[in-house]
Amino acid sequence: MDQEYQATVKKLVEEHGADNLMMIIGAPDVEGAELVAETVTEGDPSYAGPLAGVSLGLPVYHVLEPAIRAEISEDLYKEHLEMMAMVIDPQELETALSKYRKKS
Amino acid sequence: MTGPKVVIKQAAYILAHVPDLVRYGSKPEREIAAGRTELAELEKHLRSFDDAVAYPPNQVFIGNISPDDYADLQEPWHENLLRDKARYGPFGEIMPQDELYGIMKIWDQFDLIDLSPSFTSALNEQLAAHPLITAKDRERLGEGTPQEKIEKKVEKEKSLPLFHRGKLVGCINRAHDNDATLTAHVMLENLLTKVTGILVTRHLVRNASIEPEKIDYLLSCSEEAVGDRYNRGGGNMAKAIGEEAHCVNASGCDVKSFCAGTVLAIIHGAALISAGLFNEVIVVGGGSFSKIGMKFQGHMKHNMPILEDVLGGIAILLSTDDGASPVVNLASTGKHDISAGATAQAIYDALVIDPLQKLEMKITDVDKFAVELHNPEVTLPMGSGNVPLTNYKTIAAMAAMRGEIGREELSEFIRLRGMPGFSPTQGHIASAVPYLGHSLKLIADGKINNTLFAAKGSLFLGRMTHLADGVSFLLEKNSGKD
Repeated sequence: MDQEYQATVKKLVEEHGADNLMMIIGAPDVEGAELVAETVTEGDPSYAGPLAGVSLGLPVYHVLEPAIRAEISEDLYKEHLEMMAMVIDPQELETALSKYRKKS
Repeated sequence: MTGPKVVIKQAAYILAHVPDLVRYGSKPEREIAAGRTELAELEKHLRSFDDAVAYPPNQVFIGNISPDDYADLQEPWHENLLRDKARYGPFGEIMPQDELYGIMKIWDQFDLIDLSPSFTSALNEQLAAHPLITAKDRERLGEGTPQEKIEKKVEKEKSLPLFHRGKLVGCINRAHDNDATLTAHVMLENLLTKVTGILVTRHLVRNASIEPEKIDYLLSCSEEAVGDRYNRGGGNMAKAIGEEAHCVNASGCDVKSFCAGTVLAIIHGAALISAGLFNEVIVVGGGSFSKIGMKFQGHMKHNMPILEDVLGGIAILLSTDDGASPVVNLASTGKHDISAGATAQAIYDALVIDPLQKLEMKITDVDKFAVELHNPEVTLPMGSGNVPLTNYKTIAAMAAMRGEIGREELSEFIRLRGMPGFSPTQGHIASAVPYLGHSLKLIADGKINNTLFAAKGSLFLGRMTHLADGVSFLLEKNSGKD
């Protein structure tokens, strides 16, 4: 996860508190989504960015996961997300990211 | 609505292997300075020139292997090297680092480069065997600068030392005492863009059997910022490249849009020809030095060689119709409008669906799609995903959503109309255009009829807009003179 995005997330958590925030990921593959999830829950795995050694424990979801999809209107979903749901399997995302939700 | 046909006659590609410059890449330099990476550790992961030449993706890039044959090769590629392959290929070459230092000296007009006498003398001999470096070029190597003087420049004058196989062989100097846009580091970036651009343009002109004097205009799509402190990024790299490539009757300018720049420049060049302004236009992109070693941490972590140790260069010759070369279809080019939205779906609607609809074509009427062709072996160890595969999945999903293929046919669609990535992660170099040389050949051989080239650019990186960019065109078999 880009170091500047890490800095932005860290600043937002300092301003609003981790309890008031949730991370919604839009990465185009499961591995990328997992990397972001790991960074904002346990800390930067590469130990290079502002979140190195910082466990924010934010709740993490991918925008294509069923729980988030239920919150999005059908029109918006069709326009922006339906196609990507064929590219990445939402079920696979849920399995991958739920690990990080259990830990947080 | 469009004018006369425009063809692409030739595409040339070069790589330059720069293991001793990896330490100066943006990411490695910052990590070394912060003490998070030991230079000695990094050096253990550098590849030899022979390994870089034998690396399958590099061989696809210079045209010695077709993307179809590449798809059948054993992975990981860095462990399955092709020892029978050469540094030269039908599209260009892979230049070793010492020769690259040589052309930096030859094409430096401002005393930016100093090379030691012994290194210079060995280089002079070595470069005599290069088919595109003339005796007149080699005269510009001079006698070399005494080693003590180089050491003094590095110590006292903020010159950046140049190493070859770990040994100090020269330096690059700042172009001004206190202008942050003319430091030795910036000059290194810009000079590397220029010399890789010149080298690939010389390959192009030779491969196309055209006299450089016939070229009317050059468009550089390189990603660098040439200028001094009053006009940082002002350009013009195109003319700097054209001058040393002997295009004496050409002028030129730069066309940029991050990674989308090359495809954008092709469309601009084609439009200039179709409008009747020019007959022969070269689009050229030199290497992007700051990206060297960008993902080195992932490679070291997985005990791999640092694969981002090559600069790329690409040059394309656009011409008026010759009745034979593949045609840039200007009746419908794809563009990503400001209001289009930034999701993958919105971008591919603009780059694939809209232009094909105007031509009354289906997605499955396109034989090959060229997308961002980043080598996945470079990106995956750093968690950046398999970029081409994600793009191909997106296009396949669009075809399925439109009922052109069944949902069970996605993998077959990708196998047939896509390809594994083979380009170095050099932004504008990697974006769709690495396939152009292969496409020209396959269309000429009657193996495919067309290719859709689609490139995207991350405009938001410059912090001026949150927008992305995208552009596309269809390259088609020539149906003969109109």
